[in-house]
Amino acid sequence: MIETLKRSFAIAKKDMRIFYLKGPVVIMGLLFPFFLFLAFMIGRNLSGGHLLVGLTAMTAFFTSTAVGPTIIPWECRGRTFERLITAPVSLTTVLLGDFQASLYFGLAITFAIAVPAMLYLSVRPAIWLFVLSTLLAVGCFSAMTVLMSSYPPTDVPADVMMLSSLVKFSLLFISGIFVPIENLPAYGRWISLVSPLTYYVDALRHSLGKGYLPVWLDLLMLALFGFAFFFTGTAIHRKVLERRFT
Amino acid sequence: MDNAIEVVGLTKYYGSFLAVDNVSFEVKKGEIFGFLGPNGAGKTTTVRTITGVLRPNSGEIRVLGYDMLDEREKIKARERTGIVPEMANPYVDLTAMQNLRLMGELYGMGRREIERRSVELLKLFDLYEKRNVKVKAFSKGMKQRLILAMAMISDPELLILDEPTSGLDVLSARLIKDVIREEKRKGKTIFMTTHNMVDANELCERIGIIRRGKLIAIDTPEKLKQLVKGSVSVEVSFEPMKLDPSEIASATRVELMGDKARVFTNDPDATVKELVHYAERNNLRIVSLRTLSPSLEDVFIKLVGEGND
Ligand SMILES: Nc1ncnc2c1ncn2[C@@H]1O[C@H](COP(=O)(O)OP(=O)(O)OP(=O)(O)O)[C@@H](O)[C@H]1O
Ligand SMILES: [Mg+2]
Repeated sequence: MIETLKRSFAIAKKDMRIFYLKGPVVIMGLLFPFFLFLAFMIGRNLSGGHLLVGLTAMTAFFTSTAVGPTIIPWECRGRTFERLITAPVSLTTVLLGDFQASLYFGLAITFAIAVPAMLYLSVRPAIWLFVLSTLLAVGCFSAMTVLMSSYPPTDVPADVMMLSSLVKFSLLFISGIFVPIENLPAYGRWISLVSPLTYYVDALRHSLGKGYLPVWLDLLMLALFGFAFFFTGTAIHRKVLERRFT
Repeated sequence: MDNAIEVVGLTKYYGSFLAVDNVSFEVKKGEIFGFLGPNGAGKTTTVRTITGVLRPNSGEIRVLGYDMLDEREKIKARERTGIVPEMANPYVDLTAMQNLRLMGELYGMGRREIERRSVELLKLFDLYEKRNVKVKAFSKGMKQRLILAMAMISDPELLILDEPTSGLDVLSARLIKDVIREEKRKGKTIFMTTHNMVDANELCERIGIIRRGKLIAIDTPEKLKQLVKGSVSVEVSFEPMKLDPSEIASATRVELMGDKARVFTNDPDATVKELVHYAERNNLRIVSLRTLSPSLEDVFIKLVGEGND
């Protein structure tokens, strides 16, 4: 168990060294959410709390999903994947490593942006809830990338990037960042419940004193989504593994 | 248990295409076993089932006694095996040292052990000077040497190498062959595929030849060569050069070529004696005389070429 974690950490280290400096990662993970944030939030005369929630949620969501989906396609393309999975590690260990890479990157950048933003906007959220929900959310989104990278089993990173961006933007717009869910029509509220980001946004709003769903439900759903993503992702990866060697 | 690898009735389909057809063989501990075959014969497919990347449709595979169809046992076997997949690359964005460190960590080695072994391997493969250079800047030969070094990081008792010398220049290829021979001397087992007959002949103690998914021969190189007895020949050069083929009774065929003649025979011993007598009778000086045994290539062409489509 410890040994598995150690080996998956070696894989995460490798991912961080290799993938975080790639152009698409920096653009999709950092610049893009930043400009999106500016476009939607500035000039709407929003409160400091609202700005902090929007900025933090978007940063967490985009940074933790920036690298993950393309890691395995990149490995296949670079012909390093067979080498990796013939090492004495299981496929799950490899995926756990890729998951950790997204997790650490997501957490580091999210806190690096959220903390100065709090100070600048003079907003004081309940720290324990802010931190706990961010941990769960970044974990959940990182697990989502394991699922995103699993299908189709391609060695063209751009294919996966396109598909995953499509999913990410769909989720972004139904998650109550731009319009709080209580202001959505009933059907919109139902749709928003399928997005894990919804629960994170709601938990962040709880940390500032006003949420819509019960806070325990927010945290529970983030955890459940996270586990479901990781396990279905792993299962699909296992299933399509042979097709990567064609 | 004296077998490092045991393959029984291995069959693998890609869709409806039969890539490996009921192949059985074993690799003994401590030997260098060569797996030969033309392009598309099924070598890589066989290797991938042995390393546990692909699941066979039927058959049994044991590596170091572990069942490769069992997820847990598979990993135990890999702990003690070094693998070079076909056309594998190191990570080009990492340095040679970082690549080796990663492999060491994946094999669960301690930090110090990794450093020590990495330096040893970098020196062995003549990469030490470039240890902190990103692999991007490496030549093909350097990459391939690094890939083999990565496979050997944990000093494994079994090496599985898919075309370790393909596309390399003579020097890199020789370095790799020397290392393989040295590993064998230390008691390691090596299973390798290759297209190169000369390499196979120099390196391997036993050879399996696969064609269109079927294992068609398996033996030592010398015994395989006996399969093509007809192509044993004696090359002779006289001064002055003249030879009347009808006077060499044991010859099956004689080819006169420039200042020498090539006498094909089923009985090289008799032919050599006849040639010597012929020279004495006719007062000829023997400039050179040597028997040419069939090369592994002759064997390969005979076995594989027959009815190839
Ligand atoms: N993923 C795949 N899907 C379909 N057919 C495949 C696949 N991989 C290999 N094949 C086919 O299976 C046969 C065996 O391929 P394999 O790669 O094992 O050959 P090989 O002996 O390693 O050849 P080479 O010397 O070119 O490396 C070939 O005819 C190939 O076209
Ligand atoms: Mg091959």
